[in-house]
Amino acid sequence: MTDAGKEVLEVSNLRTYFPVRSRGVLPRTIGQVKAVDGVDLAVGPGETLGLVGESGSGKTTVARSVLMLVRPTSGSVKIEGQEITRLSQRDLAPVRRKAAMIFQDPYNALNPRHTVGGIISAPFKIQKIEPEGGVKRAVQTLMERVGLNPEHYNRYPNEFSGGQRQRIGIARAVALRPKLIVCDEPVSALDVSIQAQILNLLRDLQHEFGISYLFVAHDLAVVRQISHRVAVMYLGHMMETASRKVLYSQPLHPYTHSLLSAVPIPDPARQRERNRILLEGDLPSPINPPSGCVFRTRCFQAQERCAVEIPPLVEVAPGHKVACHFPIATVPKSVVTEHQAHELAPVEGVPVPPAGPDRVVPA
Amino acid sequence: MSTVHAAKGVSSGATEVPERPFLSVENLSVKFPTEDGLVQAVDGVSLTIEQGKTLAIVGESGSGKSVTAQAIMGLIDRRTARMSGQVWLDGQELMGLPMPDLQAIRGSQIAMIFQDPMSSLHPFYRIGDQIIEAIRVHRSVSKKQARKETIDMLRRVGIPAVERRVDDFPHQLSGGMRQRVMIAMALINSPRLLIADEPTTALDVTVQAQIMELIASIQDEFKITVILITHDLGVVADVADEVAVMYGGRVVERATTAALYLKPEMPYTLGLLSSIPRMDKEMDRLDPIPGNPPSPINLPKGCVFQPRCAYWERVPDDLCKTTRPELLATVPDHMVRCHLEPEVRREISASVLSVLSGGRS
Amino acid sequence: MVGLLFLLSLAVFFLFNLLPFDPARLTCGKVCTPQLLEQNRHRLGLDLPPWDQYLAFVRGIFFGRIYAPDQPFPIVCHAPCLGYSFLRHAEVTTLIARALPVTLWLTLGGFIVWITFGVVGGIVAALRRGRWQDRVLMTVALFGYSMPSFFIGLLLIFFVILQLQWLPFPSASAVQAGPFANPVKFFQTMILPWLVIAILNAAFYVRLTRNQVLETFGEDYVRTARAKGLPERTVVVKHALRAGLTPIVTAAGLDIAYLMGGAIITESIFSLPGMGSLSVNAVTNYDLPLITGVVLVAGIFIIAMNLIVDLLYGFLDPRVRIG
Repeated sequence: MTDAGKEVLEVSNLRTYFPVRSRGVLPRTIGQVKAVDGVDLAVGPGETLGLVGESGSGKTTVARSVLMLVRPTSGSVKIEGQEITRLSQRDLAPVRRKAAMIFQDPYNALNPRHTVGGIISAPFKIQKIEPEGGVKRAVQTLMERVGLNPEHYNRYPNEFSGGQRQRIGIARAVALRPKLIVCDEPVSALDVSIQAQILNLLRDLQHEFGISYLFVAHDLAVVRQISHRVAVMYLGHMMETASRKVLYSQPLHPYTHSLLSAVPIPDPARQRERNRILLEGDLPSPINPPSGCVFRTRCFQAQERCAVEIPPLVEVAPGHKVACHFPIATVPKSVVTEHQAHELAPVEGVPVPPAGPDRVVPA
Repeated sequence: MSTVHAAKGVSSGATEVPERPFLSVENLSVKFPTEDGLVQAVDGVSLTIEQGKTLAIVGESGSGKSVTAQAIMGLIDRRTARMSGQVWLDGQELMGLPMPDLQAIRGSQIAMIFQDPMSSLHPFYRIGDQIIEAIRVHRSVSKKQARKETIDMLRRVGIPAVERRVDDFPHQLSGGMRQRVMIAMALINSPRLLIADEPTTALDVTVQAQIMELIASIQDEFKITVILITHDLGVVADVADEVAVMYGGRVVERATTAALYLKPEMPYTLGLLSSIPRMDKEMDRLDPIPGNPPSPINLPKGCVFQPRCAYWERVPDDLCKTTRPELLATVPDHMVRCHLEPEVRREISASVLSVLSGGRS
Repeated sequence: MVGLLFLLSLAVFFLFNLLPFDPARLTCGKVCTPQLLEQNRHRLGLDLPPWDQYLAFVRGIFFGRIYAPDQPFPIVCHAPCLGYSFLRHAEVTTLIARALPVTLWLTLGGFIVWITFGVVGGIVAALRRGRWQDRVLMTVALFGYSMPSFFIGLLLIFFVILQLQWLPFPSASAVQAGPFANPVKFFQTMILPWLVIAILNAAFYVRLTRNQVLETFGEDYVRTARAKGLPERTVVVKHALRAGLTPIVTAAGLDIAYLMGGAIITESIFSLPGMGSLSVNAVTNYDLPLITGVVLVAGIFIIAMNLIVDLLYGFLDPRVRIG
């Protein structure tokens, strides 16, 4: 990774636990949901880090913890080098000028009683910033920029479609020209044609304003479309991080392999060529995660060592980190087609696994 | 199709010509009167499926795909909706059936699974009891026998430790397990038609793959005809034999799955394909359809897609704005609802697809 | 639960005993000398500091209590002693024990009538929503709901008893004797009070049930029930109503608890010697020990019903069950 000082967002050893309370007359804390359990990540200037995982992986908690919407249990979060985990709410205000958030549900993230103008101008008012030419002018420019009609300044959110509401949310997020925007599943509630519009808009805004994104999503295709680098989470732990190109063509972690192979491709011919790995079972409970590697209960590579020893996240190639005792270095048939396979060279320093996937089924 | 205009309510199959396919939806329309106006949810939809095949109905929200499915199942409240058209299942017309006859068909001949398995199972009853209820409403078997059948079916759909799980409540199961329970409940009376309404949308990808695999294997085993309602063109490519693309309450293109992906002709289908981010390709920029879907209260007068279509100006006389195009065969087994000349459509299609396939893998 | 009862007793005791009038004076008689007043105060245990008075009160509940044991003819109040009404010269517990069955029968009968009509009416209205059955039921419910109970009560007495003479005048003694001593007389007396209580409540439950059923109609699992091919009746009762039962049970529990404290107006109109009449009497006569006792018992009912409703939740909704 690049120099630590240059990162817009730097998260190290982040842990966010939620207490589990018993029901009854006297509620007691009887356990902890380890939603995020020791996560490291960094986002450089103008870069998009895609954070993928299934529900229960802790990706949304990471997004919230990074902006102190949920206070992390321990660990460090630095925005432009400034440590923010121990800041009070008041001291966080200037940080919020640098880092904004876009939410998943465009229906619930906007106050239905405020006009669009009111919603988008809120960041100016909260931060007591008077833009050149006045707030209204600035808001209308923003509205135009994100593809909304500036004349709709006085309308209410319920008069807009889902895609337009997400545009309102984006306008609010970029209002103060933040350095970082945390996007929590920003397109998963939208239809594909609208989703593509929003993805293009986010990318254009990034080019124009040099914004960095932490882009949290469950859809691997969407993440591939928008990200420069991708991080894969499972049950509160980071499994693998790599550049987009490497992650999608030469994944090492068995979980990444199975994730990639699970996504159907909208192309019947290609779909038939793939070998698909079917994971069995469900995500274990984050209250009582498996010992050793958290993925081992569903892993087709798992061996005795995996139950005992937690695999550390190690850098196996520049910019490519993986947390696995038995990474799969073979070219994944699950992902690429036959004619490209020879172009990929094996990754150095990765041991060849003793056995291949034992549950590879043809699509 | 000499009997297309057969009087509504004719339910005996004896007079029917055998050429009618296994399932045939003919000119189905569903309208809901609301305070804001008449919601035209489904507007003259015709579909056919042969026995044992899978038809995917693809569309975005508001396209009318779910309402179509519920109308086939007879789940639309006849008191609040205005419906017309016919649904023929194996020679029997369903739309005109009196309620008791329809209830006898639901759950035995046609079964349905839904998007959200959590909210689709009753939270207060044990999963086993919910399936036993489905058995005993259609067949007079003892509770003991029904329970045995339930356990066997739950085992078939891949529920582990069935003897223990059968008495669980829905909230004690994971999302994937709940959807397996829904599938078991749907299959328990050996239906001939299974309607799956976005069965994997609420599930994680790895679980989605498990469930689609299960549906495919069950279809093989039980020889069931499947209607798959989805917005996900990836899932469609995986399992469907034929695809109907819906937009604004109408079917705008219908083809075999291979033909739809290789030679799509309707500009909306092309737009959908260019909108999807691809897992297997790296694209610099998506090429989405501009604008928003039309309001079902105020559909465009001509082609429903015209306001978002990039090519309507290539049709003379503003025909797309004024005249509703018909769903016509362009080649055998491929129907398109578009005013553009077939040659022009194919030319457009070829150029869009070549841009699409230009992405790096 | 125990803590709540303790707090309740504390609040009730001090609230009423800190009121600015003097029970000793009330029982003192017409020729009241300061000496006599002081003696009286001692007899009632009012010369003790408030905290000790409360302790004596609580001790009385568990072990019984003897008022002014150093005086001749001390008054003995047996456990559980909620106090002694010097105005009536009777233990509060005895008075309540005499009134409570009357209220119990009134509440129980009324409850059966109202819950039957309310829930059935609500289901019918939901099934026939928008049609004439629904409109008629909702209009009747609106009338029942907006009519004051004394008005309905007087109307019934006037027509059924005075004009048509279908029923004899209510007999307090028949009610106190309970339904088994003289069933005919008992039912003749109770039927009108039950109706009065039921009309008001049934109207509310018709609306509540209808709304609950209609709300659950929109749920996915009701659609699943229909997709199974279940007949509409089963869908409504076994699936929709079952899921909407929780708020109905909650409301019913609280309404019962509330009525157990005394249906003051209904009891007054029909001269039923229940908890309602007892508390009205106690209040008008400044009978402090009796007021304290009645309020405490009413409070116990509300707490107990809340607990029962909570337990019923677990029975009704498996998601609430622990584990």
